[in-house]
Amino acid sequence: MSDFQLEILKKLDELDEIKSTLAIFPQHGSQDVLSALNSLKAHNKLEFSKVDTVTYDLTKEGAQILNEGSYEIKLVKLIQELGHLQIKDVMSKLGPQVGKVGQARAFKNGWIAKNNSNELELSAKLQNTDLNELTDETQAILAQIKDNSHLDTIDAKILNDLKKRKLIAQGKITDFHVTKGSEFSTDLTKLETDLTSDMVSTNAYKDLKFKPYNFNSQGVQISSGALHPLNKVREEFRQIFFSMGFTEMPSNQYVETGFWNFDALYVPQQHPARDLQDTFYIKDPLTADLPTDRTYMDNIKAVHEQGKFGSIGYRYNWKPEECQKLVLRTHSTAISARMLHDLAKDPKPTRLFSIDRVFRNEAVDATHLAEFHQVEGVLADYNITLGDLIKFMEEFFERMGVTGLRFKPTYNPYTEPSMEIFSWHEGLQKWVEIGNSGMFRPEMLESMGLPKDLRVLGWGLSLERPTMIKYKVQNIRELLGHKVSLDFIETNPAARLDEDLYE
Amino acid sequence: MPTVSVNKQQLFELLGKNYTSQEFDELCFEFGMEMDEDTTEEALKTGEEPELKLDISANRYDLLCIEGISQSLNEYLEREERPDYKLSKPTTKLIIDKSTEQIRPFATAAVLRNIKLNEKSYASFIALQDKLHANLCRNRSLVAMGTHDLDSIEGPFHYRALPPKDIKFVPLNQTQEFTGDKLIEFYKSPEQKNNIGRYVHIIEDSPVFPVIMDSKDRVCSLPPLINSEHSKISVDTRNILIDITATDKTKAEIVLNILTTMFSRYCDEPFTVEPVEIVSEHNGQSRLAPNFNDRIMDVSIKYINSCLGLDQSADEIAHCLKKMSLHAVQAKENKDILHVDIPVTRPDILHACDIMEDAAVGYGFNNLPKGEKLSNANFIAKPLPINKVSDIFRVASSQATWIEVLPLTLCSHDENFKYLRQTDSNDTAVKLANPKTLEYQVVRTTLLPGILKTVKENRKHSLPIKVFETGDVVFKDEKLERKAYNERHWAAIYVGKNSGFEIIQGLLGKIMQTFRTAWIADYGAAASGRGYWIEEDDSVKTYFPGRGAKVMFRSKEGVKPEQIGHLGVLHPEVMMNFDVPFAASFVEVNAEVFL
Repeated sequence: MSDFQLEILKKLDELDEIKSTLAIFPQHGSQDVLSALNSLKAHNKLEFSKVDTVTYDLTKEGAQILNEGSYEIKLVKLIQELGHLQIKDVMSKLGPQVGKVGQARAFKNGWIAKNNSNELELSAKLQNTDLNELTDETQAILAQIKDNSHLDTIDAKILNDLKKRKLIAQGKITDFHVTKGSEFSTDLTKLETDLTSDMVSTNAYKDLKFKPYNFNSQGVQISSGALHPLNKVREEFRQIFFSMGFTEMPSNQYVETGFWNFDALYVPQQHPARDLQDTFYIKDPLTADLPTDRTYMDNIKAVHEQGKFGSIGYRYNWKPEECQKLVLRTHSTAISARMLHDLAKDPKPTRLFSIDRVFRNEAVDATHLAEFHQVEGVLADYNITLGDLIKFMEEFFERMGVTGLRFKPTYNPYTEPSMEIFSWHEGLQKWVEIGNSGMFRPEMLESMGLPKDLRVLGWGLSLERPTMIKYKVQNIRELLGHKVSLDFIETNPAARLDEDLYE
Repeated sequence: MPTVSVNKQQLFELLGKNYTSQEFDELCFEFGMEMDEDTTEEALKTGEEPELKLDISANRYDLLCIEGISQSLNEYLEREERPDYKLSKPTTKLIIDKSTEQIRPFATAAVLRNIKLNEKSYASFIALQDKLHANLCRNRSLVAMGTHDLDSIEGPFHYRALPPKDIKFVPLNQTQEFTGDKLIEFYKSPEQKNNIGRYVHIIEDSPVFPVIMDSKDRVCSLPPLINSEHSKISVDTRNILIDITATDKTKAEIVLNILTTMFSRYCDEPFTVEPVEIVSEHNGQSRLAPNFNDRIMDVSIKYINSCLGLDQSADEIAHCLKKMSLHAVQAKENKDILHVDIPVTRPDILHACDIMEDAAVGYGFNNLPKGEKLSNANFIAKPLPINKVSDIFRVASSQATWIEVLPLTLCSHDENFKYLRQTDSNDTAVKLANPKTLEYQVVRTTLLPGILKTVKENRKHSLPIKVFETGDVVFKDEKLERKAYNERHWAAIYVGKNSGFEIIQGLLGKIMQTFRTAWIADYGAAASGRGYWIEEDDSVKTYFPGRGAKVMFRSKEGVKPEQIGHLGVLHPEVMMNFDVPFAASFVEVNAEVFL
């Protein structure tokens, strides 16, 4: 407790009530007083109310009038001395300020009149008056203001007029009226803000009083790390795959050969997807090795060139150089192809998935980046049907909270039938494509040496799209890549795909 | 996926029904097209006729025009029978010269005799050629087509390859005569660059140009660039000669088949095409073109039923296939076999699986019985080991209050080398041949550029900035089939008013401890078992001199310690190269040592 706070409490004890802190503690400014009162009030030592008083001070001009008399009196005295005065001489004799105001007010008071020769004379009422006894109202009011007495009796209009004439300036005095509070005493117990370990161990808390908390508050910002939103959604997908028995593929291979990225997937060598416009080709290193399994490569050549395994083929000259070109993989199906080729050594029902980056030589905009993540599932089993795929897709998407799927026929070089997966979007009020799926073509699988009755389902979707919907991100560049905001990562909620993905 | 614009009213008239938007959307969906746009509302403002923009499958060349779309949909809706495409008698020849082998070896032709086009069908005829040129013909490089008013020229026609100077004609829409070489110059001019100029590269370097001439040696066309003004067609042309030249014979035939089948409907004798005798003696390919012989593919009923999870009879499957323009008859000798007759309009059918798919579309994907066979019970799922290691890094780093970032894998050459005060030895980084921007020149070999770029974008964030990434870098390796491999790295940075070296050092310790790897004093000498330590190393110029170190790791007793990464105070030049005016410390480690 400060000395001043103690002084206030002692005075309050003595007087029982402080009507004016201004009167009792004139040496303290109102800000000091207020802060002392506030802190005492917080301890319920006292109550107080603020009294604002308006004050007026005379300006330099006001003070001069108070000393020398008003301009109208000056004018009247001059006229009396001269008998009469040409109107045009008023300004020259008294100066413009005094002359103009004095003349106007003297007329208003009925002290002067104008004769036929356009001269000012004293009015009839003043002819026989001792001018020293004439009441100078302006001077009187200024005197009253200076003494600060009975200001409330002065007409507001007059005050305003004086303010306008800049004879007085308005000010404010803040005063406080103080009474005893519910817990008044002249000593002050400090309220504890926090329970400390000392208080706990010494039992001191029992004798202490604690400051009330402000519960209408947020607490301090804590420092914390954070995982990237896209990776959080990726983890949700991984868990869905794991829960359905899918093993993660070794998708950590960005550089692919034309063979695995295209030829193995029955993409013909003149297909637009293989254009420089769509695919990143690599200049260093330049040329890949041919696949080590030459029987497989010969099958692929045959399937493209003249057909095999029941296919008539694309009927063109297949060139091994095209499959030796190196590319950044355009889809993770390049990895799936390698895994299925491995599966041919020991064919059996198999479930595989990957979530990893793929690359497209696309113009970058709000929904396209040159690299993004693809979610891909591959399921191999004996004699499975298209209905099995449909049912399985329903189960898969149900785990991310998406139901009511519809399937649209589409075209994909390596799957037949191919189905685009659509779901109803409540917000957009339309069917939106959420993924692509299909049964891998027999030409592709039998070339690898897989048995005819082992059918393979595949499906894929991008990781960014559901994440952008989930977190209402409009621009993919603000999600993946260096243009992300760290604040966005830090404040991002947990990803729960089962919760209203398409809210 | 190609988009085809069709006149809405015309299509609905052809389909015999005024569909609502929703009804037509539904029809497209089940058939396998997508209604991309309905311009009805726009058309109200512009006063033009409303169009529908339809996305069609990239392998259905027969759907690239309104004629084919309406034909297929009418068959799908069982309103129309499949046309029986016929050939009449040939009246002219196309003689292919051996010289064409040097430049564009294949050619074929056909005549649309007594055709009656109107403004709409003429426009559609032109548009179909454009679509085919752009898609199947790979911008005319594989196949190019030309059309001529047969009455203005005289057969037999010759397909030759001649030196450019010996080819002289007035090209379409020009008034002046050009020789072949002058024409190339003309089309390379700025005004033509984005028009015919786009195709010049296909022949310009060849000593001979392909040319089609009539019996009087008048030039009909200079494929793949331009037809002659002399033989140009109009809406009133009654007899159209179509010429096709190609480097790919299969595609040449597909293009001829599609053009003739789609537009023979406007001939006085609908769906009948007049063939041209192709004389190609030098390679024994003389024949009559086009070839409208039916293609029969045998498909097992069991196979279709097994794939679709159905138990349909031969007739039921045949009914589904008929909706997709495929005519199927059960074989007499083997009740399981369907002989499926495939029209020339459906070159997309390569295998029985394509017929199986059409059977599914005819049945309706969304009507198929849902399978109950796939159970999740028999499969044991496993994460990829390196992803499991990554997750340990990620969780430990975020628990240590670092923020995970996800920059791109591709970066500029400078960002990966020069900006890091590194020189490219040309034996680490994979370089791209055809990036559209400088941003994507190399695949990163370190996580640092992406992290610094992310920090740069977040310079306004309160200091210190602490971010990390666990991601793949790529290195060249000539010994591998793919000549490159990914390596999983973990890296973290501390950016602030001070370099924070000890903080980064502390984070490394925290991570190491998570992998059961204790710090060993005296540079690894204080203990002989598993552990790590750091040693001063000025070889990485990215760090401030005397403030860089390598991270050493001994996996177990008796194993030689190896360097697994480095850490240090980043050189001020590096910071300023990335526009980050702060001090920073960085650590990067190869995560794969913890596999």
